[in-house]
Amino acid sequence: MSLSFAPVADPAAPLARRNPVAKVGAALLFSMPLIATMDPFTPAVALAVELLVLPFFGVRPGALARRATPLLLAAVGILITMVLFAADRGGELLVSLGPVDVTTGVLSTAGALNLRIFAVALPGIVVFATTDPTDLADALVQNAKAPARFAIGALAAFRLVPLLGDEWRSLSLARRARGVDAGRNPVARVRLFVSTAFALLVGALRRGVRLAVAMDARGFDAETPRTYARRQYFTAADTALLVLSLLTAALIIAVSVLLGHFHPVV
Amino acid sequence: MSDVQLRGFGWRHAGRRSWAVRGLDLEVRHGERVLLLGPSGAGKSTLLAALAGLLPEDSGESEGTIRIDGLDPRKARERVGILFQDPQTQLVMARSGDDVAFGPENRGVPAGEIWPRVSDVLDRVGFPYPINRPTSALSGGEAQRLALAGVLALRPGLLLLDEPTANLDPPGAALIRDAVARATGPDTTLIIVEHRVAEALPLVDRVVVLEPGGGVRADGSPEVIFAAYGDKLADEGVWVPGFQAPPLKSKTKTTLDLVRTERAEVRGRLGPVTIGAGAGEVLAVTGPNGAGKSTLALLLGGLLAPTAGRVEAFGDSRPPHRWRAATLAGRIGSVFQNPEHQFVTSRVTDELALGPRRLGRSPAEVDRIVGELLERLRLDRLAGANPYTLSGGEARRLSVATALATAPRLLVLDEPTFGQDRRTWRELVDLLAGLRDEGHGIVAVTHDDAFVRTLADRTVSLGAPEPDPLPRRTRP
Repeated sequence: MSLSFAPVADPAAPLARRNPVAKVGAALLFSMPLIATMDPFTPAVALAVELLVLPFFGVRPGALARRATPLLLAAVGILITMVLFAADRGGELLVSLGPVDVTTGVLSTAGALNLRIFAVALPGIVVFATTDPTDLADALVQNAKAPARFAIGALAAFRLVPLLGDEWRSLSLARRARGVDAGRNPVARVRLFVSTAFALLVGALRRGVRLAVAMDARGFDAETPRTYARRQYFTAADTALLVLSLLTAALIIAVSVLLGHFHPVV
Repeated sequence: MSDVQLRGFGWRHAGRRSWAVRGLDLEVRHGERVLLLGPSGAGKSTLLAALAGLLPEDSGESEGTIRIDGLDPRKARERVGILFQDPQTQLVMARSGDDVAFGPENRGVPAGEIWPRVSDVLDRVGFPYPINRPTSALSGGEAQRLALAGVLALRPGLLLLDEPTANLDPPGAALIRDAVARATGPDTTLIIVEHRVAEALPLVDRVVVLEPGGGVRADGSPEVIFAAYGDKLADEGVWVPGFQAPPLKSKTKTTLDLVRTERAEVRGRLGPVTIGAGAGEVLAVTGPNGAGKSTLALLLGGLLAPTAGRVEAFGDSRPPHRWRAATLAGRIGSVFQNPEHQFVTSRVTDELALGPRRLGRSPAEVDRIVGELLERLRLDRLAGANPYTLSGGEARRLSVATALATAPRLLVLDEPTFGQDRRTWRELVDLLAGLRDEGHGIVAVTHDDAFVRTLADRTVSLGAPEPDPLPRRTRP
């Protein structure tokens, strides 16, 4: 198990090099309005727009697909759940799997749900795949006026996350060396998992405390106002990105309302 | 450029019955370089934390006075820098240069002055890479050099080093000593806590020995101190210079191979290796960092599958990594480099009882094994303690004891003597020699030359890894 948060994009791509706060803001402005509707049309249009601007972020499609793996797993999960448990069994009967009737109605509900999830989540995935965590923390402090204690502290904790993978491996090996394994017993498996996770947590807390002391020893808790070694600038282009995302989202919703697809959640 | 003055200073951590330090009178003038010695538990680290202003008033009880340039250390934080043991928990940023800039940013150094300062201090500690080198790509010694640069970037008048090389292999430790010598001028007052005295001596001109009960036992130049107190310090576990241990080699011939590898390799971590380890011998595996020593220990310990080649042990037709855990624990005991990784329960006695119980021993037998091991490894007073609260030496003894509890014929140890004081070292060496003479096989991955000289019957040296493809730092 290895965890990585390094950006996987060409940093010079026109949208990848926008201010990180602007990118996060644009992603939120674009995807949040989509939550308001239940129909499949609106998210499908949004997804198409997202795929069209993807080249401007310089993300390699393969790398993006890897980052989106959890999303694909969620999509499969939703499909299975809907097929088994959906209350609305309207539409034409396609296949009958014992007691479960798979109808067009069931499939279109599942499809709509999956489209929404992808349309809402993809902007976030693209933004984090094209943003260096250090730049994001800097921009949060400098442009969004987030407290440094929070932003830089989170960044430092973030740096320790990849170590957890190695730690998990050592803890599992050590348990085997001590004669502890679960074999095929599922209950023992869960107990072993819980005990390893607990040891991982204890270790992570101890390391976190040591890191916090070391950071304070280097003046992180000093009362002098911090200076910035790396500057992040919020320019007119960043403002334009925010405005354009909001306008595009509004346009998509407007088209959807005009064509009669819009189906509000409540 | 800082003076330190202690008058009857004492500190007791909240919730503890005894004082960590007490009755301390000490004066260090600016520019002095002091090595602080004393047996484990004499309060050396507590004293450094107090000097660094890292003991909040509500975290314990203090007595007497402690002053840096006439100020309370909590108010003199800008004058003091402290370097800890573990580089992994001192680095804050993802890129090396950013990490050095972190301190100056916190102290409000104007942005224009930060980068020249970063560049200057990286040169002074001899950091060999460009400033955008990822901190995750540094070896332990390089990461600790970077951490030192981060501390020096704040230009402390008083520099405190709390066992800065305890987590490093010998080449990494040499890098740090070299960096400290290069980077600290005559204006810096230096106080070092270090187990490995001989290596720290070139950096200091004065030695102060703390008395465990409180106060200062001795104070003076290194020659005087070691002539007068050397033997007593050695008995208490301090690595005084000029230490030699008599060799303890096997008297019998090795009889059979307990484990053999046949061109076994792990892709990207260990090249093909063919070795065997027998009963009644101590096999030392040495070699530089990254050569795959720990990986070999995992292969021999049945904890990792080779990607090519074979591992055979105990005449079993199945390779060790396919055995059930209980079978494995009964045949091969593994002791990890970090003892804390190995603890599974929350009491020392449960920890020792775990293995025998998994092997299906009767309760009476389990009690007998636990009692014997507690006594043999001097853990009886800690029977009810939580393993995570033990000191470094105690945790190491417990981790060896847990591996012995299932009476395995073969013992595989990864850096067993790492960071140990001399007393624990001595006990481990005697224990392992005794086990070997009873017919156990012992494989130890180690950097410790004294351990190899004293105990190893046979040494296998693994080759260096492929050279690092990333560019070196070049000056414009």
